Amino acid sequence: MQLEQMYQEIILDHYRNPHRRGLREPYDGESFQVNPTCGDEVTLRVALDGDTVTDVSYDAMGCSISQAATSVLTDLVVGRTVGDSLSTMDSFVEMIQSRGEVEPDEDALSDAVAFAGVAKYPARVKCALLGWMAFKDAVGRVREDDSDAEQPVEAR
Amino acid sequence: MSARAVAAYDVEQAFDVEKIRGDFAILSRTVREGRPLVYLDSGATSQRPRQVLDAERAFLEQHNAAVHRGAHQLAEEATDAYESARSRIAALIGATPGELVFTKNATEGVNLLAYAMSNSATAGSECERFALGPGDEIVVTEMEHHANLVPWQELCRRTGATLRWYGVTEDGRLDLDSLQLSERTKLVAFTHQSNVMGTVPPVAELVRRAREVGALTLLDACQSVPHGPVDLGSLGVDFAVFSGHKMLGPSGIGVLYGRRELLEAMPPFLTGGSMIELVRMEGSSYAPPPQRFEAGVPMTSQAVGLGAAVDYLSAVGMDRVAAHERALTERALAGLSEVDGVRIIGPTDSEHRGGAVSFVIDGVHAHDAGQVLDSLGVAARVGHHCAWPLHRRFGIAATVRASFALYNLESEVDTLIDGVHESKRFFGVG
Ligand SMILES: Cc1ncc(COP(=O)(O)O)c(C=O)c1O
Repeated sequence: MQLEQMYQEIILDHYRNPHRRGLREPYDGESFQVNPTCGDEVTLRVALDGDTVTDVSYDAMGCSISQAATSVLTDLVVGRTVGDSLSTMDSFVEMIQSRGEVEPDEDALSDAVAFAGVAKYPARVKCALLGWMAFKDAVGRVREDDSDAEQPVEAR
Repeated sequence: MSARAVAAYDVEQAFDVEKIRGDFAILSRTVREGRPLVYLDSGATSQRPRQVLDAERAFLEQHNAAVHRGAHQLAEEATDAYESARSRIAALIGATPGELVFTKNATEGVNLLAYAMSNSATAGSECERFALGPGDEIVVTEMEHHANLVPWQELCRRTGATLRWYGVTEDGRLDLDSLQLSERTKLVAFTHQSNVMGTVPPVAELVRRAREVGALTLLDACQSVPHGPVDLGSLGVDFAVFSGHKMLGPSGIGVLYGRRELLEAMPPFLTGGSMIELVRMEGSSYAPPPQRFEAGVPMTSQAVGLGAAVDYLSAVGMDRVAAHERALTERALAGLSEVDGVRIIGPTDSEHRGGAVSFVIDGVHAHDAGQVLDSLGVAARVGHHCAWPLHRRFGIAATVRASFALYNLESEVDTLIDGVHESKRFFGVG
């Protein structure tokens, strides 16, 4: 049945037992995102050590897809570089926006391939991307702060 | 006129839902894995009967021309068809044709009024009653659709006026005690039926209070006109809006109703062709209403289609539509109340309430429930239904909404309830 294809066991597991949930200190960048069509929200924080993501913490209100996607995200990015994390995000975005036409990159996505079924439901794509958008934004904010701090005044 | 003849339709005296369904081809299709479509999203947009589609087609194949412009035969016929639609729509809602302005939809109707009010500040003394500035107030309710909220927020921002609102009680009724109007209240804008909770507020009392302080009233009739008898004249509101696509008609056509005397005094919003009286390089004067508010070549086949939709509804009889939908609503309320963990947002009895039923399920997010319903063929809406502040009022982000129309079946309500049970089972709650 279609429903089981969409709600893979992995998704339901993450939904029921989300990883790294809650907002933690210290952090370097924070982002708040909402899905304007349904009102779902996430506040997400990233902590970095140099270029390595050391923690992602979040507080989210949303459906199983958005909650599980955010939980899986933390597994995929914590301990990796920002660059690697964002390229994983690119693979995820490509898969999720493909309407099911693109073979997911299992190496890059690991558990996140479970969301391949979501790609067939355009209305749910935003749900799956909510946490990722917050991650990208939070990382971007860290970098903005850094460049503010590091750039000599005359270069501005 | 032949577009009219095609639309005229005899529905038997008795309300025959199966016969009605026969006019809506889309209702016999299947969705997802071959499930019969159970369309419970008429609050968002309704389906259109063959009679409406035929009327649009007949108009386009035989009479199409720019209305109110040419003197050739087609222009005459097109103008007649357009104006005849206006008259029939006016008759349905207890208005005269000159009180109806065609707009793109209800949203545009609200904006038209809001911008006409802004324009009043610079439009001369006869427009004074529409003008507002710092210290003046616009009053809305916490249960409004964004369409009847955001334009007023914007008007207040542009003019320095203050937005205030009636609150909503825990059981989904308008809290009349939550606000006192003042001499500075210029407009009270409120829904005739909440698109989320189905609540029908006490219109007569709201109008009375508004009049007492000399405020104008705007009724958002989007969810009332399609579902039962509405007589704007006797409700006594000054303005009203509704959308064609929610009442079996085409999209791209809606109505702003305004009492004649008010439309006559009100300055235009959009300006250009068709709305003028006299144009010189130095300046122009404007046509009387409703033309003053219909700048440019309007939507014509859509107006004709809406006329046909009104014929269809009138032939069925709005009383019978209301009675049928009331039975569906009662069945849904009773069925949902019996499911553990389901909370209905809004009145749980059918008094002063129409056929929009929104609810949450403990432990199952609305989006997820919607997905389960969809897999069963049930098209219900999930989210905040463009009433985000109302959802916030109840401390929730999203609800599932079933909304009914004259073509829905009691068995479809049962499929909805089955879907709610299935949602709980699938997500392992209860
Ligand atoms: C109560 C209410 N008001 C206003 C609107 C806006 O209608 P439209 O989008 O057709 O302009 C809607 C429908 O979405 C509604 O339900």
